[in-house]
Amino acid sequence: MAVARVKRLPSRPVILLLQVAVLIGFFLLWHVLTATKILSPFFFGTPLAVLERTWSDFASGVIWYHLGITLLETALAFAIGTVAGIAFGFWFARAPLVSVVFDPYIKAVNALPRVVLAPIFALWLGLGIWSKVALGVTLVFFIVFFNVYQGVKEVSPVVLANAKMLGASNRHLFRHVYLPSALSWVFSSLHTAVGFAMVGAVVGEYLGSAAGLGYRIHQAEGVFDTVGVFSGMLVLTIFVVVIDAVVTVIEKRLLHWRPQEAQTTNAQG
Amino acid sequence: MSDSAAMAAALRTEGADKAALRLDGVTCTFPSPDGRGRTYTAVQGVTLSVAAGEFVSIVGPTGSGKSTILNVAAGLLAPSAGRALAFGEPVSGINRHAGYMFQADALMPWKSALENVAAGLEFRGVPRREAEERARPWLARVGLDRFGDRYPHQLSGGMRKRVALAQTLIVDPKIVLMDEPFSALDIQTRQLMENELLDLWSADRKSVVFITHDLEEAISMSDRVLVLSAGPGARLIGEYRVDLERPRDVAEIRMTPRFLDLHREIWGQLREEVLKGYAQTKLT
Repeated sequence: MAVARVKRLPSRPVILLLQVAVLIGFFLLWHVLTATKILSPFFFGTPLAVLERTWSDFASGVIWYHLGITLLETALAFAIGTVAGIAFGFWFARAPLVSVVFDPYIKAVNALPRVVLAPIFALWLGLGIWSKVALGVTLVFFIVFFNVYQGVKEVSPVVLANAKMLGASNRHLFRHVYLPSALSWVFSSLHTAVGFAMVGAVVGEYLGSAAGLGYRIHQAEGVFDTVGVFSGMLVLTIFVVVIDAVVTVIEKRLLHWRPQEAQTTNAQG
Repeated sequence: MSDSAAMAAALRTEGADKAALRLDGVTCTFPSPDGRGRTYTAVQGVTLSVAAGEFVSIVGPTGSGKSTILNVAAGLLAPSAGRALAFGEPVSGINRHAGYMFQADALMPWKSALENVAAGLEFRGVPRREAEERARPWLARVGLDRFGDRYPHQLSGGMRKRVALAQTLIVDPKIVLMDEPFSALDIQTRQLMENELLDLWSADRKSVVFITHDLEEAISMSDRVLVLSAGPGARLIGEYRVDLERPRDVAEIRMTPRFLDLHREIWGQLREEVLKGYAQTKLT
């Protein structure tokens, strides 16, 4: 009898090696295409120049200040958006009348492309960090809001009845049932929420500011400095990957009670 | 049916004062799921009483409103007519004397087995650490002392039921309501659980109302079996005293002649109702 063979993926180190190979392949291709002038280095930069610029930015320390600003804006947008989203999510889920009345408006505001708000926020809050934070908050808020709303609504009625039978007061129900249920939804959207917080920060900076990664990219673009633009994008990418890894660690810690399937979503990080 | 009327009268008078749990002419009418203002009566005029320390099973066909009766007794559902009394006091809101073991998984998935067992104590104001210390022996009692830090999804169905049992009993309810608690388990696990439940119960006799559709389970565990008619408007139509000796082994007792007699007798009545119930589900 032939043994059935299940197609299996190679081991982790092999996969990692392949992933690194793809990265190197990409840079090589870029290098070859620009070195042979098939792609103009003026419009496409060259990988060596981009790496060199990135390195010198980090070495001289200029970039740290801008990174710090973007990080601060991202963190503030994320924190404020999440707290507001949780508060409103709970309120709406527990007050059906409020949720029914506000439903069309919530949907309408959420459907609005947030970029158009950036100039308004700049007008109201100035060119400092708060206009960027506000933009990030409008993005993060809705993600968290909808997830908390769902999380509270989807609490299993049996778990709820059981907690009540065990003597849980309303305060206990909030702390031991509604909150953990809602938080599990919030954390499963953490990657998206953090990503959007940063989109808000960078887009805000890009459209008008005096500091931050978005500002750096915008400045480089203004003088047709493609190497500067790509270098900015590279830093941004590294920044995102690091933040995403941190989020994954936090998520694993806080959602350790969840079945394994939930963790497969980390693969996209 | 004159004898059923007589029986109802008997039920009403029996231990009226001392009854741990009494339902008085409980009727539950729900709006029909198809809307349009129509209604559906799940149970009609159910009167029963359960003495302190008594183990009573309610059997009936699927859809006969067995869970509805339990929800009324638990105070989770207010009846449309009639009332529930626990130790002579009317139940309004959650019945504080009752513990409830649900048919579906009711553990909090974000709490470990130990935290789930400790939850009831915590809700009663016991500090967390102390609650967990007191939960440990309960986990041991249901044979899960090494599984305290597991989360529900890491436990098998039988283990989750054990946790639920410990969770329900730790707060020492005087009345335990059980809604087909073992119906999702395989037959071997189920008999083990039934024996464990009987052991726990005999150590410290609580009043138990045990809902099941499995007549053998009902007879092998109970002091009394009540038969519910097919819904809608299910009524109590039979009462049988189970005079089998205790302590019992649920697997062995099924072989005894007295068990078989009782089974034949009750099944004769239940069968008709099951067929009626089946005919109705076919209609809809």
